Amino acid sequence: MEHAETAGNKIIFSVWFGLLGLTVFEVILAYQELPLGTMLSILMVLSVVKAALIIAYFMHLRYELPSLFVTLIPALVFVLIMMTAIFADSSRLAHMPSLVR
Amino acid sequence: MSHSSGPLSATAVRDGHDVPVWGGDALPYAVPSKKLGMWLFIVSDAITFSAVIFAYGYLRLASADWPRPFETPSIVNATVMTFVLLSSSVAMVLGVRASALGRVSAAVGWLVATALGGVIFDILHIREWLGLIGEGVRPFHNPWGTPMFGAAFFTMTGLHMLHVTIGVVYLLIIAVGFGRRKFSAVDVEVSGLYWHFVDLVWMFIFPLVYLLSAKTA
Repeated sequence: MEHAETAGNKIIFSVWFGLLGLTVFEVILAYQELPLGTMLSILMVLSVVKAALIIAYFMHLRYELPSLFVTLIPALVFVLIMMTAIFADSSRLAHMPSLVR
Repeated sequence: MSHSSGPLSATAVRDGHDVPVWGGDALPYAVPSKKLGMWLFIVSDAITFSAVIFAYGYLRLASADWPRPFETPSIVNATVMTFVLLSSSVAMVLGVRASALGRVSAAVGWLVATALGGVIFDILHIREWLGLIGEGVRPFHNPWGTPMFGAAFFTMTGLHMLHVTIGVVYLLIIAVGFGRRKFSAVDVEVSGLYWHFVDLVWMFIFPLVYLLSAKTA
């Protein structure tokens, strides 16, 4: 039952080259003159794409029952979104340099 | 839809195969319990890493003079580390497949190749650490800016390096055990999930730590 369907060589090697290519793109991007926020946003979107490729094909989640995905991923994403609440506080600190020293 | 007896009473056709679906029955995920256990560990470990990464982001955002110490050789080094880790994940996929097909020696070979990738990653990373320590970076002191840089850097990359090192030991144990027919193909697949997760975490650490702190000027 666990081998109903798996990714073939063609898919695995395509994903591998895709991940290597995205990495090269990220490195080139790091040397461009971009505002830090823009750079961070682009890099994080690319990282999420890479993570999704690894989860879907290397970790095989695309070929499992949808129930496994539904159990594992949405709750994790929700927790991560909740954790971003702390950043409002950190930018407050940035305007109080005497505290950061 | 076809029907069969047993705990998996309902099946559906997906991509040309009959696969079990959850009919409110005993096997909602249709995966071995070890695999579900590893997935649950991975989700909890992902939250641990996220907490560390968020702490790093918090400190960086709150600091006016966060250092950007990574010159081109460091970026090249970290890029090579990324390639090594991604390639070891492909070796792991091939190892899992070989084990599922019962090709024992091929599976052991791919597992050892995967572990070797982890060892190369660790060596390159420790070299990077020693370089920074040589330049005077300590957990609460460095020559360039915010004192917390060292603590954030060493905690985040150190936690990841610990995972890689544990992964290397884990993979070698599985390789030996599978070679002796002590472990099953499921055990190999479960160790693969762990390894891919360690790879996945690096996909966030590499841009956040290295690329966003590249010395470009």
